This record gives sequence, structure tokens and C-alpha cells, in this order.
Amino acid sequence: MRKFDTKVQYLQYKVLREVARAAWQGTLAEGVLDIPRRIVPGKVPTMRCCVYKERAILTERVKLALGGDKNNPNVIEVIDIACDECPVGGYEVSPACRGCLAHRCEDVCRKDAIVFDIHQKAHIDKSKCVECGACANVCPYSAISNHKRPCENACKVKAISMDDNKAARIDNQACIACGACVYQCPFGAIMDKSFIADTIRILKESEGSSRYRVYAVVAPSISSQFRYAKLGQVISGIKALGFHTVVEAALGADMVAFAEAKELVEKGLLTSSCCPAFVDYVHKQFPQLTSYISHNLSPMAAIAQYIKEGEPEARVVFIGPCTAKKMEFQREEVAPHIDSVLTFEELQALFDSKEVDITTLEEDVLDNASYYGRIFARSGGLSDAIVQGIKEIGAEGFEARPVICDGIEECRKALLRLSKNALNGNFVEGMACLGGCINGAGCLTHGDKNKAEVDKYGLEAYEKTISEAVSLLQ
Amino acid sequence: MELVICIGSSCHLKGSRQVVERLRQLIEEANLMDKVALSGTFCMGNCQKGISVTLDGKLFSLSPENVDGFFEDEVLARG
Repeated sequence: MRKFDTKVQYLQYKVLREVARAAWQGTLAEGVLDIPRRIVPGKVPTMRCCVYKERAILTERVKLALGGDKNNPNVIEVIDIACDECPVGGYEVSPACRGCLAHRCEDVCRKDAIVFDIHQKAHIDKSKCVECGACANVCPYSAISNHKRPCENACKVKAISMDDNKAARIDNQACIACGACVYQCPFGAIMDKSFIADTIRILKESEGSSRYRVYAVVAPSISSQFRYAKLGQVISGIKALGFHTVVEAALGADMVAFAEAKELVEKGLLTSSCCPAFVDYVHKQFPQLTSYISHNLSPMAAIAQYIKEGEPEARVVFIGPCTAKKMEFQREEVAPHIDSVLTFEELQALFDSKEVDITTLEEDVLDNASYYGRIFARSGGLSDAIVQGIKEIGAEGFEARPVICDGIEECRKALLRLSKNALNGNFVEGMACLGGCINGAGCLTHGDKNKAEVDKYGLEAYEKTISEAVSLLQ
Repeated sequence: MELVICIGSSCHLKGSRQVVERLRQLIEEANLMDKVALSGTFCMGNCQKGISVTLDGKLFSLSPENVDGFFEDEVLARG
């Protein structure tokens, strides 16, 4: 059966499904106000203090499912009434402190921030504490814990703070729209805006491909999603929604791998351009390094550009694991190629809104890209593809020395080194999500098996080399 | 002449790359590079029969084996 990692995801899914149903039926205008009541009927609350608050929050979720606040350029938004205003005290000693003799906490603290009261119980002097967590790690009673908000903890670019009402606030100047907070907030108070209604409008107005054709470009991480069905059935399902056909973004990745390998040989030093959150991070935090960003479009945009070159009236919808793609497709250089972006979560809602049970469908096929294009979905895959690309373009004298950055914190370290001319390598593979796209915030499931699934899917590719895959396009 | 070859998943697995490569070769040998514009598309909605190819809008279903015959009968005949 279909599965969500958390109940928050499931709730969000229900909202998206209801909005999508109304959008298909063309009853959004009159039906949208009924959605909260349909999801929370009766008088017994199951999530919050009362059904009225539950419905009020659901109303906000419906707004986000319909595209959210148009005045806010960010695609990640806080639902302030859903924010539980979690404690923000940082590391604190709980009553579990026994007042022991060892005082490991005191010994390990480099800032002398641990003090003891007359009962020998530890306290943290907040004027000295730097929140390193060393004391919490050594306490034999686990009496010290971090009271940091899950959203702030998840946000490694420090874009989340607290507003005057103690609700979370996102600093758009720092936010890279990676969606880590969306996935981590236990109250579902931070959400990504949805373009599901736009996508349905695009599909409906195509009038069964008679006015124009709608292409679905799917990210390779799809191989680790929808595990309750076969990948071929997912492809059939996407077509059943009204898409003309499904194309692998991984073929765009093959194109990028080739072009980026050439660019690396020319320039000698490069940072990758396929992760939009990473690219945004460079622009926002290391503006002096933007000249190193590869000038290639992302795989999503590259393949969409190819589709539209041959068929300018076509529409292209990207379906992937990524919330930052929702920012990317609005950028000037990408907007002409991509018409809408959906996450896998939203695709599931779309299937169910049309009563498409993919497990009952015939298996279709999906094969456009090479092994290398497909493994872009996981950390290290892009670097493997660049090394291979350099081999295939015949620049064997050039040695690619990739620095694989798994997650935005590693990206930050590599960029710091690069800014000081101390990078031990010549190619920065920047991926904002830990593990790569397979752990994107828009995934239905986030699990250890995802990497193995993507590698398996890569090996199943008909084309084994990048040049074979892109030779079709020239 | 416009020669469009389907490189969608289904045709790809039937060997559209081989068809593209062979056609490219044949066009070059016949010195028709200026006359034939070769391009690709994803899915012509005719997946069952073979590798879909259109020549100036007319649909053909090919396989890697009958490309040469198609080239002679259709492309060269028009050239």
C-alpha cells in the first residue's frame, strides 16, 4: 500500500487530493471552503485543541495547495497558527541530573559554562554556552538535552528564527527552499506551495493533447518512490492523468554531464549547477564564487529545452523530490522551458484525485537515459558522471578531482575552502539534501534503501555510456 | 525533407538509437546533409508497431533491420 513517512505528510496529501479533485471537476471556486470540514468532520479533535482550530489550519493548508501567498516570493511558507511555538532554550539540564561526582559535563565544556548549585546539580550558564552539545553527549543520565526547534535544527543555512509571537519566521534572504524544515516540522507548520491546480489546468486545457501536448519530466529518484507498485505502472499512471508521455530528467542529466565535463576541462575549476538549492546558496552566501557555477542549465531545464526546441507549443511539467525546483522553474532562464513543478507527494495526490489506482495498470516503459544520468539522484553520482564524461570526450590528460558535498553543511565547508583557494579538488558537487535528491523534501518515503534502488535503476538503463544516451539528441 | 525519429522510451528500447545512427550514416553517404533535417521527438503515440518515424509528416514504423530499405524506397526516391 502507499505509504507516507509521517502523519503530517499524510494530512498534506489529503488536502492536496481534495484540492485536486475540485480542480478536475472545475468546482474550486464554490467547493474550496468545504475542504477543511470534509477532512475534519464531527466535533472530536484528533490533532489540536478543537476541531475549529484544526479546520482553521486546514484552511491555510488549502491556500498553500492553491499556490499560497502571492506576495511572498518564497515557495516555503510558515503557517503561523499551526506553529506550536516549540521551546527555544537550547541545551538545558533536566531534573534527571543526579548531581553526581564525576562532573563529566564540566570537564568536557570548553567554555566553563557548567555551574553547580548547592545540591551539586548542574546548570548551564547561558551567557557562556555556545550550544556545542558536548555536555549532552557525556552525561551518563542523558539529563542534558537540546531544546532547539526541529525547524531551526533542520535549517542548516540558519534561515529560521522566531517572530514576536514566537512562531517560526523564514528569512527569504537566507532560505534556499531545500524543504528540510518542511519535512522536519512535527506540526506541519512549514509547507511548500503547490502548483497542483496549475498543473491540472494545463492538463485540462490541453483537451486530451489536441491543443498542445503535456510532457512529464520525471526525476530519477522516482525509482525509489511508489514502492507499492512497479515503476512501469507509475509511468502508465502519469499518462492516465493526461500527460502525452513521460521523459527521464536523467537524459537531461546525461546532457549536463557531457557539457559540464567540457566546461570543467576549459575552466579548470567548477561548481555544479544541478541542485537549485545549492546554486541559490552560492548566490546568497558566497556571491564572490558565483563565477565558478557551471553555466549549464539543470538536467530538468536542459531536457525541457530540448523538448520545446522540437515542439515549441508543448508544455513541460517536472515531477521530482524537490521543493527548490519550485523556485528554480520561476527563474528567468528556466521559466520558458518548465511550465509547472510537482513533488512525488503531489503526484500521489493527483493519482488519487482521479481515482487512478496504479497497481491495477499495465506496465509501461521508461528508458531515455544512461546509467550515469540516472545516478545523479544520489550523492556522488554527478561526480561519477563527470569523471566518465571527461573520459568520453577524450580529455584524458585532464584529471577531474571531484569534491563530493553530501548535504548543505558539507557544501558550506567546500565553498569556504574554495573562497580561500584551499579547495582540495577542482569540481564541487553540491547537493543540499543529505544523500542527494533521493532524500528530497518532496519524497513520499525517505529511507536507507533509496540509494540501492537508484543504483539498481541506473544499471537497468539500456544505454551504458553518456555518449550513447546523448547521441540520439544531436 | 524532415525526418523525425521517435526517441521515446518504447522506441528507444526497440533500437531507435541504431536507427538514428544508421540514418545519419546513410544521409552522409548519399550526401543529403543539406536536404534532410534529422530530429528526434518523444512518443508519436504509435508505440506498438515498431520505431516510429515520420518523413514530412507521413508515419512509418521501422526496425534497425529495415532502415536501409526505408531509406532507399522513401528518402532517396524523394531526393
